[in-house]
Formats: sequence, C-alpha cells, structure tokens
Amino acid sequence: MAKHIAAKVMDIPPGERLSVEVQGRKIVIFNVAGEYFGLRDACPHMGGLLSEGVVIGLVEADRPGCYSYSRGGEIVRCPWHGWEFDLRTGKSRFDPNRWKTHSYDIEVGDVQQLEVETVDVTTEGEFVIVNL
Amino acid sequence: MSVETIGKASATMPANQKLVIADCDIHPSPKSVEKEIFPFLEKRWRDHYQTYGMLLRQPYQAGPAYPKGQPDAARRDAYGPNGEKPGSDLEFMRKHHLDRYNIELGVLNPLKSGQGLQNPDFAAAYCKAINDWQIAEWTSKEARLKGSVCLPYEDAILSAKEIERRAGDPNFIQAFMLIRTSEPLGNRRYWPIFNACVEANLPLAVHAFGFGGTPVTGGGWPSYYTEDMVGHSQSAQSLVTSMVMEGVFERWPELKLIIVEAGFAWAPALSWRLDRIWAQNREELLHVKRPPSEYMADHIWYTTQPFEEPDRRGHLKDIFEWIGWEKLLFATDYPHWDFDDPTRIPLPRATDEQKQSFFIDNARSLYGV
Repeated sequence: MAKHIAAKVMDIPPGERLSVEVQGRKIVIFNVAGEYFGLRDACPHMGGLLSEGVVIGLVEADRPGCYSYSRGGEIVRCPWHGWEFDLRTGKSRFDPNRWKTHSYDIEVGDVQQLEVETVDVTTEGEFVIVNL
Repeated sequence: MSVETIGKASATMPANQKLVIADCDIHPSPKSVEKEIFPFLEKRWRDHYQTYGMLLRQPYQAGPAYPKGQPDAARRDAYGPNGEKPGSDLEFMRKHHLDRYNIELGVLNPLKSGQGLQNPDFAAAYCKAINDWQIAEWTSKEARLKGSVCLPYEDAILSAKEIERRAGDPNFIQAFMLIRTSEPLGNRRYWPIFNACVEANLPLAVHAFGFGGTPVTGGGWPSYYTEDMVGHSQSAQSLVTSMVMEGVFERWPELKLIIVEAGFAWAPALSWRLDRIWAQNREELLHVKRPPSEYMADHIWYTTQPFEEPDRRGHLKDIFEWIGWEKLLFATDYPHWDFDDPTRIPLPRATDEQKQSFFIDNARSLYGV
C-alpha cells in the first residue's frame, strides 16, 4: 500500500470535507470530529460528486411515526439523487448489501456497484495521508 | 512514501463518451423575474405580479404542493460560481452541462412560466413574456439551445394565439405545457391547441407536474413527495388514454405528442390494456377507428429521464423494442436533482445505430433541426 500526501490537516477542519485528486483518483476526505474518512468522490449511481453533498445524520423509523436520529455528521447525501452513504464504510444506506448479492450475478457489466470505494486515511504530524 | 501534487477534483467529460447528445429537457430560470421577465410584461401585469403574485390552481397557496428532493429541486452542484440560481446562467450552463456532455441540441423547457396560473389573462401575458425571454437570454445567444412555446393551456384560444405568434420562428421547436391539466387533455375544450400545433408544424410537449386543481393521484392527495413523483406516470396514462379515446389523433393525424419526464415503461402495458378494452367496447367509441396502440405508436414520443432502473437492464430491452427505439428521446432534466447522466443511465444493450437514434437522431428528426 503506497502512501500519498493528500492534504494538510488544517485544510480539513472538523465537519468539513476536501476533494482531492491522488494519482488520477478523485477522493473526498471528511473530517468527522477529528476522525478522517476517505471515499471515492463519485456516487456509484450516476457519478455525482459526493464532495458536493450535505453531511447529515442517520434518521431511522422503526415503524411509521416513530423516528430516531443518531450518528450526526456521519452520512453524506449525494448532491444529485440523494443517495446516502455511510462515511465509515462507504456503503449505501438504502441497500448496503446489494454489492454482495450482485457479485453472483451472471450478467457481466450490468452491475451497479453500490459500495463506494473507501480509502484508508491516517494523519502523520501536520499531514493527512491517503493509503492506496 | 511518494509525494503527489494536491489538486481539487473537477468534473470533466468522461473520455469514453463520443456520442453527440440531444438533451430534450433543460430547465432555464431567470436570475431575477424583475430584471429578466419584467421587460417583456406590460405595466399592468408587472403591477399584478407585485400585488398578487403568481396564484396557482392548487390547494397550497404558495410554493410546490410537495417538498423537493433537494433545494430548488436542483443538483447541489448546479449553482453558478457567484451563487447564481441553477439553470440561470448561460455561461455556467455551457461549461457545466452543454460542453461537458457534448450536447448539440438542448431543448429549453421553462417552468414557473405562467402555466397553470388562476388568472387566464395573466397566464397568457406571462407565458408570452417567458417566450420572449427565451429568445433574448438564451436562444439568440446560444445556437445549441432551442425554445419551447409556453402555453397558458387552460385557455385553449389564448394558447392557440401564442402558438400562431411563434409559428415559423426558428427559436422555437415545440409547444409546451404541463401534464396535470384541469380536465383530461383529450377534452374538446383543449382542441384549439392541437389544431394550432398542427398548423404551425410544432410537436406538443407535455411535461410532468402542473396545477389542474385535482389531486395528483387518481386516489386523492398523497402524503409524500415520493408519491407525487411517481404520480406523473399516472397522469401521463390518463392523458394518453383521454387523447386516444376522445379521437384527437383521429382528428389530427399529423399531431405529434411528447411525454416529458413522466416515465415510459408503462406505455406498452397501457397500450395492451387499451386495445383489449377498446375491442370490447367499440360501439361506445365509433370515432376511434384503429386500435389505441396504433395511435400511440404513431403519435407519441417519450423523453426518458428519470430513467427506469430495473435491477437487470436487460428488462429494458423489451420495453425499448415495444415502444420503438425511434420514439425514445434522451433528456437530462438539467439542472434538477433527478438529473440523468448520458454515460451512466442503464441503457439496454444496443447497436451503434440504436444509440445514435436515441441520443441524437430521433430528436433531430422529430424537431426537423
């Protein structure tokens, strides 16, 4: 796994995100209260830049009329069609396991990959490091 | 550790896209009604706008009846460099959309164009102003863009006058209205619109949404925006059924109808159902001389955004063949949030000729440009 300097820590304050290009790959780095998460900066649906999306929390309803809110700041919503992705895993909220299902599909090339490629992000001193 | 240059990611045209594109649904907006639309409105209507606003025929006094998927119903990346409203800045639209996707023909479909206003005279005046504005701000400055003649469609006589006014003007390539009319569109009160379209040799495009005053589903007012969104295919099916059964296509064999942003996968199933019921009740509909599916096949085109997205795109192959590749028109709905990217829609496996017809040739041939 090669390491690449992607940005300076000061470029990405908590709650912010930065879109960078590393070796031709568009990557968006999110700072969630000091934790850094990197996602491929393209929605697997139609390619909307996730770096332009709003970061929200997880709103769930166990049953109609009963809502809960958790994990504020850990979900990004695509600026186009609103698909939500978990910043920690890159998995889509509405169907996180579909990729696994489709890995067995015999229709080659027809699979819409729903899992955004995640990138390992660490810090070393004043630098944010992307591990590819 | 290797050190790379830090660069901001930017959207560029995908390298694998070689196709020339016709986008049959682009939504332009004025940066400011006062600055861009008022010059084309008489003082009497400017005063009306400022005193009464734009009162629509819907149960909610202001704004959309349902919330939108994103602010301004727009892609969040569609605001101009200085915060211009999505779809309001030509230079930004060129870079962000037309150039990026190699769009050679873009059809402007203005919303908030005076259509569906309660005051029929204000609706007509505002539609006329919007049509003048399309020339002044868009089509005269950008040859790739073509305008739509916005109609105050609840008043068919005034609509026909507006069509006649624009007939032969190369700035416009279709007449334009919304799908949720006060009564099913085949009703005779709307017939002057069809006559004028045929006389002016303009296709009639009917776009999702509208302000007919009736509920947005056949079963009443739903609770959620998602239901509003899928309601357009219901509205389109009622509209198509009405136009066939009222004998509109029999009366105007040259009429071309474009269903915009209301889906398309429903069309084959509707045509089968109509054929069966028509055959069983032919005596009721003596003026409908041919099976409904034939009128639909001859007269109706469909824009594909928002694209149908079945789990297996192979399912769409049948749909495309049943409708006919030559009747489907690519559209993005730019700058709106439910935008379709021409390189990413799950198009069924197609020959190069089919792709060429879908992405550009069908539109060129339909619009004669």
